[in-house]
Amino acid sequence: MNYPADLKYTKNDEWVRVEGDSATVGVSDYAQDQLSDIVYVDFSAAAGAKVAQGATFAGVESVKAAADIYMPVDGEVVEVNGALAQTPEAINSDPYGAAWLAKIKLTNPAQLDALMDAAAYEAYCKERSA
Amino acid sequence: MLELPKAQPTELIYDLGAPGRTGVQMPAPDVPLADLPSGLVRDNLPLPELSELEALRHLTRLSQLNHSILTGFYPLGSCTMKYNPIVNEEAARLGGFIHAHPLQPAEMMQGSLAIMYHLQEWLKEIGGFAAVSLQPAAGAQGELAGVLMIKAYHASRGQSQRNKVLIPDSAHGTNPATSAMSGYRVVEIPSDARGNLDLEALKAECDDTLAAFMLTNPNTLGLFEEGVQEAIEAVHAAGGLVYGDGANMNALLGIARPGDLGIDVLHYNLHKTFTTPHGGGGPGSGPVGVAAHLADFLPGPIVGIEEEGSEEMGPVYGWHQPPKSIGRLKAFHGQFGMHVRAFTYILMQGAEGLRSVAEHAVLNANYLRVKLQGAYKVPYDRVCMHEVVLEGRWADAPDVHALDIAKRLMDFGFHPPTNYFPLIVREALMIEPTETESKEVLDAFIEAMLTIAKEAHSTPEVLQQAPHTTKYGRMDEVKAARQLVLCCEIPREVSSEQ
Amino acid sequence: MTFVPHTERDRQQMLEAIGVKTIADLFEAVPQKFRFPKLNLPAPLTEMEALGELKGIAEANESADDLVSFLGAGAYHHYIPAGVDSILRRGEYYTAYTPYQPEISQGTLQAIFEYQSLIVALTGMEVSNASHYDGATALAEAVNMSHAIHRGARNKIILSPGIHPQYRAVVHTYEDGGDLQLIGEDLDLSAGPDALIELIDEHTALVCVAYPDFFGRVYDYTKLAEAAHAKGALLAVSVNPTALGLLKPPGEMGADIVTGEGQPLGIPLSFGGPYLGILTTRNQYVRQIAGRLVGETVDSRGQRGFVLTLSTREQHIKREKASSNICTNQGLMMLAATTYMSLLGKSGLRQVAESCYHKAHYAATEIAKLKGFGLKFKDAFFHEFVVECPIPAAELNLRLLELGIVGGYALGAEYPGMQNCMLLTVTELNSKEEIDYLVETLAEVAHA
Repeated sequence: MNYPADLKYTKNDEWVRVEGDSATVGVSDYAQDQLSDIVYVDFSAAAGAKVAQGATFAGVESVKAAADIYMPVDGEVVEVNGALAQTPEAINSDPYGAAWLAKIKLTNPAQLDALMDAAAYEAYCKERSA
Repeated sequence: MLELPKAQPTELIYDLGAPGRTGVQMPAPDVPLADLPSGLVRDNLPLPELSELEALRHLTRLSQLNHSILTGFYPLGSCTMKYNPIVNEEAARLGGFIHAHPLQPAEMMQGSLAIMYHLQEWLKEIGGFAAVSLQPAAGAQGELAGVLMIKAYHASRGQSQRNKVLIPDSAHGTNPATSAMSGYRVVEIPSDARGNLDLEALKAECDDTLAAFMLTNPNTLGLFEEGVQEAIEAVHAAGGLVYGDGANMNALLGIARPGDLGIDVLHYNLHKTFTTPHGGGGPGSGPVGVAAHLADFLPGPIVGIEEEGSEEMGPVYGWHQPPKSIGRLKAFHGQFGMHVRAFTYILMQGAEGLRSVAEHAVLNANYLRVKLQGAYKVPYDRVCMHEVVLEGRWADAPDVHALDIAKRLMDFGFHPPTNYFPLIVREALMIEPTETESKEVLDAFIEAMLTIAKEAHSTPEVLQQAPHTTKYGRMDEVKAARQLVLCCEIPREVSSEQ
Repeated sequence: MTFVPHTERDRQQMLEAIGVKTIADLFEAVPQKFRFPKLNLPAPLTEMEALGELKGIAEANESADDLVSFLGAGAYHHYIPAGVDSILRRGEYYTAYTPYQPEISQGTLQAIFEYQSLIVALTGMEVSNASHYDGATALAEAVNMSHAIHRGARNKIILSPGIHPQYRAVVHTYEDGGDLQLIGEDLDLSAGPDALIELIDEHTALVCVAYPDFFGRVYDYTKLAEAAHAKGALLAVSVNPTALGLLKPPGEMGADIVTGEGQPLGIPLSFGGPYLGILTTRNQYVRQIAGRLVGETVDSRGQRGFVLTLSTREQHIKREKASSNICTNQGLMMLAATTYMSLLGKSGLRQVAESCYHKAHYAATEIAKLKGFGLKFKDAFFHEFVVECPIPAAELNLRLLELGIVGGYALGAEYPGMQNCMLLTVTELNSKEEIDYLVETLAEVAHA
């Protein structure tokens, strides 16, 4: 299981990569492993939408589970990764890279401080696998 | 491992037949022909063209690819896969029933109405209810009826602020789905360490926004809720009503009446408890029973007595629309053919027979429980009711999953138990043997399960690659979902023969 | 007769293994005051006695088979080839359940896949589910689907008054209390589909019509579909599948959802159920469809096989977010329809449809010639038509019944102002002789 050190994580297994006042959001390696083979991705928010922390902006489905994806922090959607509709399996193979879900403009960066760092998140995942 | 022969490929219906063939010749019209409506006649009807033998051989061969109750043990938890008496099939096909049109006047249909009336009465008696409607098409629709009745009841009392439904985390998915369809907010109630619902969590939600609590008892862990009375009292005290999910009634026949326990409304599953066939996935039939305060809200029409009978003449039955009915749930009168089958079953059981059904269902499940304990972890270790839930995982065999156990059971000729449900047990295996299986069958199943538990440790790959002896191996469900193919290729071109 | 195989010896051995003395000991968790209630039920009967009793009860019905019947109105008396029941009687089908384990359920799975295919072919649509409860509930699910497809942003549903009144009643049961607004049912019955077009606006999620409609009339809904699409709304058409043996399928008219009552496809009248709900749509809406779907795949040995797919739409995974709460399909009825369509095939279903059409038109023509009788509507029709009679239809039906005829559906009960109107149905089972007898009898009893 991979927990890149440069990311922040949520209890719902999303990750955030901060680049200045923008950020990229996706789901973690742990999440894709729990869901197993992803077969479908659906975005309920489009570019321009203001999404509050904790609100749903996408859904991913495997054959046996469906999960809502929540916005880790307040933001305005700049772009969603529409290509995933054709290649949902990228979430399994490259969750931190090609399978990013959304790029956002941060509107309340202070919220980032409350997210987990890689070490805390790794501990959190291990606790759930026990 | 041996190279296994592939099954003879099963053709699709569109691969069979030839242009010009038909399985049935219909008589030519014996009346003068009328003009067909211009512009509305279809150019092509792309149905297959098979001889009668081709069609029936195809469907017969397909049937042989199924596991069924008639061909083997089918301990699918929560589904009550018991023997479906053949006599039910005879009864439902009697000419008077099968050719009865649903809109014929009640006076001409006294036989059908008598069946429905008595079934209503018997289901009242069995469940301890004041009234019953047979209209719901299946258990899930019975749930919808029940929740809509609860909503209408609260509205009639000026209590429309009641907007939430409490549902245990062990419940069937239909419970939250139904509540959401009815416009309610769902609050999940956790289970405790003994497999009961957490009473304190339940009580914390009992306020004046509470519409209903949906209770499955025995719950999906196969356990009788030990706090059932306290839970129901708390819900009632807060002004809420209790919905009973009757999926597990096979454990309660003649043992306890849900109505006596205080349940306000409950659906029965005729295809589980009362031996109407499961039919490869349906039809179900989900009558609802209610306490007196909900009787006026039942979906209707239901059957009542128009004129009392005398010694020489039976009563006259008629349709009756409950005054505050939530309305119709389906066209006509419910799954009548299933009513006849359930009627036939109850007629042959009587009160003692029904109690014996529940007793032996529970005896069989507990026998499996004690025999499998040890080899498998029983997460809630106490006397169970009609089904037992095991964990299909071992710390020292980390790569074996419940799914592997399920698939390996097929090699022994058994249908697997329900797996991965209830959601609160990890790697759940939910086993419901039912009362119609003999001790010999259970012993053979136990032996297979014990063998599999050993294999899980010694040769896990045998499980992971199972099944080995069935005509088909594991299916690629990911491919099915990613590259959706939901029908045959339909020939779209206009045929030359039209 | 309990069908319980246990001997006394079995019971003793099992109780001993469990470690209790009696079976009653297994029920200690049940509150004592409610334990083992005495049920007041009739004494049990043997199979021989029970079947005897049931025969007596069945004979108390005067069924459509004993009489000459012209009653339809949503449930139809058709010839069912003998082969259909021979398949339904196979225990491998009727004693199996939902095919959760595909390795040992390929029979049911492939039968569903073929059913989906045949329904797609018949309706001209792209996706069919594995079946729904009945025609009425399938229509209610179409309404829910349209709401979901628009992600809740549109709340107006147009229901044609030509839809079966019981179907509309079911839609009301499902939707009353929700935020959808149902309109259109009070339109003039003679107005036709153009009147519906005027109701469509940018809040409209769905327009629902029937084909043939409740009064037997058939319209080309192409213009209606175009008008709906122009405003971003969807069109749902509720069909009688027999008519599609002859008539242009709604898929060719631009329908987005086609529902229907599949009972005419080899399912007996059986006093109203179990029947078969048809539910189909376009590929783009497949994730919003309710109920099971079977898809093609391959197994670990490379063989073609079938599985339940897109299950994430369903209640056992999505729970309160599911597209519907349904968790069965009408499996056995689906199998009946599959067998029926396989046996009749391309030419057989066309023959049945044409036979219904010609006989109904013969009957309508002859009845219209009678003094005091006339056809209520001038529109094209399939195998049902409304006759305006010189006396109340309910009254006329009583007189017909005395002479062995089950007349048509008396419309006055549902439609005030149509007391004298009767909806007559003619199928391939009605011979010319029967039709002539109906015509003669109508003339005789109407003026008696």
